[in-house]
Parts: sequence; C-alpha cells; structure tokens
Amino acid sequence: MNIVESLGLAVKNIISSKTRTLLTMLGIIIGVAAVIVIVGLGNGLEGYVTDSFSSMGTNTLTVSVMSRGSTRTLEVEDMYGIVAENSQYLDLCSPTASMMGSVKIGSDTTSTAATGVSEDYLSIKGYALSKGRGLQYSDILQRSRVCVVGAYVDQAYYGGNSVGQTLRVGGTSLTIVGVVEQQSDELEEGGTDDFLYLPYSTASRLSGRISTYTVTVQNEDTFAQSKEALENALYGVFESDDFYTVTSMAEILETMTNMINILVYVLAGIAAISLVVGGIGIMNIMLVSVTERTREIGIRKSLGAKERYVMEQFVIEAAVTSALGGAIGILLGYGLSAAATQVVTSVMDASLTVSPTFGAVLLAFGISVGIGIFFGYLPAKKAAALNPIDALHYD
Amino acid sequence: MKPLIEFQQVCKYYHMGDTTVVAADHISFQIFQGEFVAIVGSSGSGKSTCMNIIGCLDVPSEGTYLLDGRDVGQMNKNELAEIRNELLGFIFQQYNLLPKLNLAENVEVPLMYAGVNKSERRRRALDSLDRVGLKEKWRHKPNQLSGGQQQRVSIARALAGNPAVILADEPTGALDSKTGREVLALLQNLHAAGNTVVLITHDNSIAVQAQRIIRLEDGQVVYDGPSDAPEAVVTPRAAGRTAGGGPG
Repeated sequence: MNIVESLGLAVKNIISSKTRTLLTMLGIIIGVAAVIVIVGLGNGLEGYVTDSFSSMGTNTLTVSVMSRGSTRTLEVEDMYGIVAENSQYLDLCSPTASMMGSVKIGSDTTSTAATGVSEDYLSIKGYALSKGRGLQYSDILQRSRVCVVGAYVDQAYYGGNSVGQTLRVGGTSLTIVGVVEQQSDELEEGGTDDFLYLPYSTASRLSGRISTYTVTVQNEDTFAQSKEALENALYGVFESDDFYTVTSMAEILETMTNMINILVYVLAGIAAISLVVGGIGIMNIMLVSVTERTREIGIRKSLGAKERYVMEQFVIEAAVTSALGGAIGILLGYGLSAAATQVVTSVMDASLTVSPTFGAVLLAFGISVGIGIFFGYLPAKKAAALNPIDALHYD
Repeated sequence: MKPLIEFQQVCKYYHMGDTTVVAADHISFQIFQGEFVAIVGSSGSGKSTCMNIIGCLDVPSEGTYLLDGRDVGQMNKNELAEIRNELLGFIFQQYNLLPKLNLAENVEVPLMYAGVNKSERRRRALDSLDRVGLKEKWRHKPNQLSGGQQQRVSIARALAGNPAVILADEPTGALDSKTGREVLALLQNLHAAGNTVVLITHDNSIAVQAQRIIRLEDGQVVYDGPSDAPEAVVTPRAAGRTAGGGPG
C-alpha cells in the first residue's frame, strides 16, 4: 500500500460525502481567500503609493524653512550657494513657491495649481516640453510674466493652442510660453497634468517669501550622505535645527510602505484566524468520522492494516480535505481580487490593482495543508489506536 | 508433523474493576494442517476469547500460543497485523464488508495491506470471487447482495490472501438455514481442497459439520475429539443434569 493508493482512498471517501466535506472546508476556503485578497490589496496599495510617490521623484530632497522666530534667514541665493558648495552630493535646486491666488483663464476660475519654480525645475521633475520653451534663467532675473502649463491646461482651455495666450494668476497676467508633455494616461481636472509653473522670482513678488526648495541628489546610492550634507549646511546657516526640515520622497515612501505592510500583516493575521478555526472544524469532522468508521477501522485492522496505514489514511484524508479547501480558496481569492479591482477602480477613480502575490498564494496553500495534517493527526492517532476486537463489535 | 495452531496452557484474564474474569483457563490443544475443527460453546464459555487469540486479535495473559511455529504472545501490534494479514482469513458473522467498496475492492483489501500490486490484486480478487460463484457481480456494492451472497464475498476475501488458517466466527449466525447450509457446504469444499478451517459456533448442528469438535465450557476444554462421537454434542455436565431428570 503506497501513498498514491492512500490518496486515492482519501479522495474516494471525500467524494462519497460531498456536502459534509464542503462544509468542513468552508473555514479553510474563507480563510485562504481572505488572506489572498488582503495581501493582494496591500500589494496593490503599495504599488499605487509607490507609483504616485516616484512620479514626484525619489531622488529629491525637500527643504522647508520656517524662519519665523529665527534671527537668521535663508535667501534663495544662500540656498544656491549651499547646493554649489556640496556639488559632490547635490545636483539641481529649485525654490518652489505655491501661489495662493487662483488661476483665471478668461472668465473661468480653474483648480490649476500655480507654483513658482526655477529654470531647472522641469529637469528635476524629469518633464519634457511638447510645445514652446521652458522657463529660462533670464526669466528669473527679469521676473518675466511668463509661465509653462501642463497638458491639461493646454487641452482643456485652449484646445492645444495655449502658447502665446495669457492667463491670470492672483490678478497678474502671464503669457504662456511652453506646454509640458502629457504625464498621466488620462487628462483630468486636478490631475497630474493640471499645473502651471512661473518663475519663482515673479511668484515671490506676487506672494512673498520663498520657504521651500526642491533639491536633487547627484547619486541615489549616497542618498543618506546627501541629505546629511544638506542638513549640515542648513545647520550652519541657522545654528539650530528648529527652523528647517529636510524630507525626502524616498523616506516618506518607505514610511508609507511600512505602514501599509503593518496594516496588511495585521489584517492577514486576522484572516488567518479563520484558517485555524477551519482547522478545528476539520479536526472535529475527522473525530466524528473516526467514530463513524470505527467498524471499518476494525475490519481493516483485522485484515492486516498496521497502525501506520490507518493513521496515514486519516491524516491524508484531512490533508486532502484542507488542501482542496485551500485550492478552492485560492480560486475564490483570485476571483474576489479581480472583483475588488473593479470595485476599487470605479469607486476610488484610481488605478489600483488588487494583485495576489505568488508567495501569498503558496503560503496560504501550504498553511492549509499543514493545518490539515496538524489537526488530522489527533483523530488519526485515535483511529490507529483502536483495539480491533472492540472496533469490530462497535455499532 | 508440526501443528499449525498450538495452545499451551493458554489463559486469558479480563480485569473489570476489582474482579478478574477468567475467560480462558489453561486451554491446550493442537490443530494440524488440513483439519476442519469446530470450537463450540455457549456464550461465556471462552470461545470468543479463543477465536480472538487464534485470530491474533488478542494475546494470551498466560501460556503460549504458537501459530505456524511462531510465538504470537511475544509479538507487538504491527507484527500481529502482519501475521493476521499473512496467515489468517477471517469470516465474520456480520460479513464485515466495507459498504463503500465494490466486491472486488473488498476482496482486495487484505492483498493491498500485503503489498500486492494493483493488477495482480484485481486478478486474484476475481479468482477468489470465482471460487464462491460471484465473479460476475464484482462491480456490485455489498448492499446490493443478499446475506448469503455477502457471506460468500467475505469467504472470497478470506481466501484471497491464501492464508494458512480460515477462521470463521459464527458464519451462519445471520443467515437463514438454507443459505447457512450453502455457506457450510462452501467451507466443507474448502476443507476438501486442503485448507485448514476453524469454525467458532454455539450451535451443535453447525459444529457437527466439522471433522473435529473442541467443546469449551467456563474457559476450559471439556471435549476434544471427532464430531461423530455421541459425547461430542453433549457436555459431561449437561449429560449429568439430564440423567438427573433434566431442568424444569
């Protein structure tokens, strides 16, 4: 009697009581499906967050200066000086001045975000122009009333002919000199392509002091050193670290990813409780099955079945039951993941894919088989230990 | 000639709380290859204990049981399972077929535990079913058969492993007298073909079909001899009581 025959026997027994087997497997099915969907959701969420953050640039550092309360100030020129001094670590620099006033195009007030930046900003963001020119150093020097707009602005308000047209930011008229290439798949209001860049010098005249800077690092491998160099230089200016913060997208991304992972682990852990409950269900049914089949066990033993065979038979049966449950759970998990992707995409209006990882699927399946063996062991032991004489006379 | 089954002063005690029940009290006998022996006794006589010990389902508390020269009392559970598989063919009162398996699969069970491969198993199972006249019905499930047919399947199963001893425990107990006679005739055929058959029964009319009778009473052998002797069917004590006017 080999394992293949034991498997055949187990499958035969399982088939002969379909309803019971299905109910027994339910806990495992739900547990496995839940683990797969939750891990898939976490996976999708992580991908979504990573995508959105890396579009902001993972090689950039953001400096925020809070000069209130400090007797010292950091002028734009000082910041350029710091970057130039640390050129082994730091590459490009651009002040970023968010404009408070709304952008008006003709008589429309738009939701377009206007930001004052330097001539390097497009390179920092990795944006290319599709039309016209970018901001130039001379624009900064002369505080030119010009701007570069995103593809959405170009398409939605000017039908693709925005270059040379004017719009108003906080009451000041600006001439559009260039259009940035479309960044996202779809143009939408408030989206990635709905922006406007003007020279920071122009922006600062309109709305005051510039307090944030975007700096890129020379090499992402020495990111930590770059950040340290920048922080040291800023400390040299302020002689206190209360007045500035240096944050990096990479760090924020890491923090976010860690938080998502913790969330996923906790949720998957809760879902895994269902697996344990399912395992107990299997044990319960196997114990009932041992009692029901006491006579069969007695017959088999009297015909020469060793304890090992009887044990094997019950353990394999439990393992096959839970493995089958695991397999159904995996299919269900994939089905639910696909459904969840549809729901999330339509509800959140974001491209979030619930994608189960192969590792999670393998783990869920392995755990369900393991649970079958673990919880099948006790009933199998009980069956194997039955005295054949008593078992034969059991009614 | 060496005996196939040898009981040497076999005792079996059961402990029930504080009391000890003596189920077998120094039983000794020998059964040789090719014999047809009936072990007879009323309930409580110790015949079931004898049957369990002969069938290697149980071991003696005291004394020695040699099966084919091997000391069964010294064996562990696995060796007992092996020897049951190898040397013994069981026929039970309740047939004890597995309801979910078809006839061929039922007959194959002991062969499966003996490690016979699948095709050889099926061949021998069909052979065996042929000997009891049920080869054509091998695809049927036990519950599609009459009691007599089921008992014939269980005989086929007992034969399949080609055992040294066929051990029949009240094989006609659940059958009407006609089918009971058929089953007995089958056992006699097996004996005629050279098999060793041990029949356990409480019924004298069944026991006399055997060649030799071992009568048990209160855990002791009270008669061991040919089945056609007059004293074979009457116990000495019962005979004494009859001589004294009989019960009632």
